[in-house]
Amino acid sequence: MKHTLVALVENEPGVLNRVASLFRRRNFNIDSLTVGRTEDPNISRMTIVLDSDVTRVDQVQKNLYKLVNVIQVYEITEQPSVSRDLALIKVRASAEVAVLASQFGARIIDYRDGAMILDLSDEEDRVEQFIEALRPHGIIELVRTGVVAMGRGNHVVQAPQLA
Amino acid sequence: MELTGAEIIWECLLREGVEIVFGYPGGAILPTYDALSKYQDRVRHVLVRHEQGATHMADGYARITGKVGVAMATSGPGATNMVTGIATAMMDSVPLVCITGQVPSTVLGSDAFQETDITGITLPITKHNFLVTNVKQIAPALRKAFHIARTGRPGPVLVDITKDAQNQKLDFTYPTEPLRLPGYVPPSAATPDQIERALALIKSAERPLILAGHGVMMSGAERQLLELAERAQIPVALTLLGKGAMPEAHPLCLGMMGMHGAAAVNQAIQSADLLLAFGMRFDDRVTGNLRTYSPNSRKIHIDIDASELNKNVKVDVGIAGDLRTVLEQLLPHVPSLSHAAWLGEIRNWQEETDERDIVHHVAPSDKLYAAHAIHDLWAATNGDAIVVTDVGQHQMWTAQYYLNQRPRTLITSGGLGTMGFGFPAAIGVKLGAPQETVWAIVGDGGFQMTLCELATAAQENVNVNVAIINNAYLGMVRQWQEFFHGERYNATPMHNPDFVKLAEAYGIAARRVRTRAEIPETVAWAHSINAPTVVEFQVEKEDIVYPMVPAGADLDKMIRRPAPPRNLPDWSENH
Repeated sequence: MKHTLVALVENEPGVLNRVASLFRRRNFNIDSLTVGRTEDPNISRMTIVLDSDVTRVDQVQKNLYKLVNVIQVYEITEQPSVSRDLALIKVRASAEVAVLASQFGARIIDYRDGAMILDLSDEEDRVEQFIEALRPHGIIELVRTGVVAMGRGNHVVQAPQLA
Repeated sequence: MELTGAEIIWECLLREGVEIVFGYPGGAILPTYDALSKYQDRVRHVLVRHEQGATHMADGYARITGKVGVAMATSGPGATNMVTGIATAMMDSVPLVCITGQVPSTVLGSDAFQETDITGITLPITKHNFLVTNVKQIAPALRKAFHIARTGRPGPVLVDITKDAQNQKLDFTYPTEPLRLPGYVPPSAATPDQIERALALIKSAERPLILAGHGVMMSGAERQLLELAERAQIPVALTLLGKGAMPEAHPLCLGMMGMHGAAAVNQAIQSADLLLAFGMRFDDRVTGNLRTYSPNSRKIHIDIDASELNKNVKVDVGIAGDLRTVLEQLLPHVPSLSHAAWLGEIRNWQEETDERDIVHHVAPSDKLYAAHAIHDLWAATNGDAIVVTDVGQHQMWTAQYYLNQRPRTLITSGGLGTMGFGFPAAIGVKLGAPQETVWAIVGDGGFQMTLCELATAAQENVNVNVAIINNAYLGMVRQWQEFFHGERYNATPMHNPDFVKLAEAYGIAARRVRTRAEIPETVAWAHSINAPTVVEFQVEKEDIVYPMVPAGADLDKMIRRPAPPRNLPDWSENH
């Protein structure tokens, strides 16, 4: 089963390295890891997606807490939340591709040399379905950001001193 | 007051109560060594012969005193030489602060002379580390380093300080504001619900057993452990690093568990209906096969590190907290209990274990068995020395035959199993506890990995006694080759130097022992010399540590000493 963890970490050099090193050392397999800034310039936010059939979620969470720079770890799998994965997909331009893009709500953000770049930001499953639908049309280049997630309404992920 | 970064380093060490630093100078740490002239009346610097020695000495110092050990080295090879010592401390949760010089910040990342990414290298083997490139960061980093090293589950912290940061000047006042460590909150106490659930298990158990580890000593919970064991009549088994948590002569103390633990102890673990694991981490050397480990027991696990709970062994009540705090929460509710039938059953197993024990057998007078040598060393020191071991057969025999009556009297590399640890660690132990008699018990293999520190012991006149258990083999590896690799003794026989002459070359008094009869007199001789001594015990070459649980086997599937014991024709004299 897929689990989503959100970790608030100190915005300091090397913190991503510490997290990545921990996952490698403990043999934790993860599906995706994203990191970015937050409303507080001192804090970065990581979204980690992992499969509990492969890696023990409690151990990931406890070991993240052992890193001095990790402030808070939340499991938001069971909470009402929204998540987004962003994909940029370059395909050969065609009318069928344009139709597919509009069906999935993807935007065409570039057209050049007979290729278009499609931009889809949606839940991970939807992004994957879109990619599968495009595959027969010839994907030239593909990049994804990995999942970011946020609890809905009062389900807020904040460092304790900010709350 | 205007100070250089180098002076600020020493000021911070003084503020942290540091009395002694083990180190080795070099280019990138030279400003800090230069500033030492201003501080050497207040901090003792011990010049080692290899930076690994510095980390093991700081480690031994920390284990005996409970304080943070400090080691210092230069950049590049100086720093990388510390790696084994840092990993050793990490595995055994020993508080260290390692300070390394680094190339100037202006050339960081350029492959400058003696540059190495030591914070990168030590990332997985430190509790935390810092790269300091500016004089203003020195005091905050060192304050955090000491705090992190000594609190929670202790561990090594490395602070890498660029040469320009050491040379920069700063109008310095020691910072007093609270440390800003928002992500660092070690657990402390149990919740009332956890205490209630633990109590219910304790009250209903008929065959309970306490497993006491290193955490008992580190949280200072020896008295609470004893009180719980006595009041609830629960026997106590010790991990290797847990030796000393309870006096081994106490009737409720069963001795060591695990791969070379007493057979009776492992039988008790497998037959228990409740395990109370205190400050231990169910290492594979303790559990054997996890699938068959203590199959009928409920389990309570108290450890300061939440990630140890349910890591190897699934437990019924897992409490992340300081052991002493949690036991103090628990004790007022623990009633007087009796487990006479269970204790009787264990006593029967112990009697059978004792019968097979080589210590009760008399060997021919021309043979010296290592187990007898260590037993006799125990007797000759009244069981009251601090014993520091290296790694291998002699370590296990020491664990079996040097019984510990007090906490922190066995210092040994448990988790990492670092050969070369024993002798330098013993130097650190003696410097941390000058009033104690200190014996390093080492093998001929491990001793040769760090014997360069004989020069350190001589130069600093550290009154440490070294017992070399010389079987001219890498004995534990040889034992595995005998049991598991068809007796093919590849790369284990050792052609050794004359250890007596070698010690004497360093100006250290040394003797050789070949028979049991010589041991008491030789120990008395060593104790009469107020300087380091070396005693080489020439022991039987092909000897076995019994019992043994093969790696990954069920805990009660032990290889036992054959009865009558192998190579001991006179064994019947006593039985």
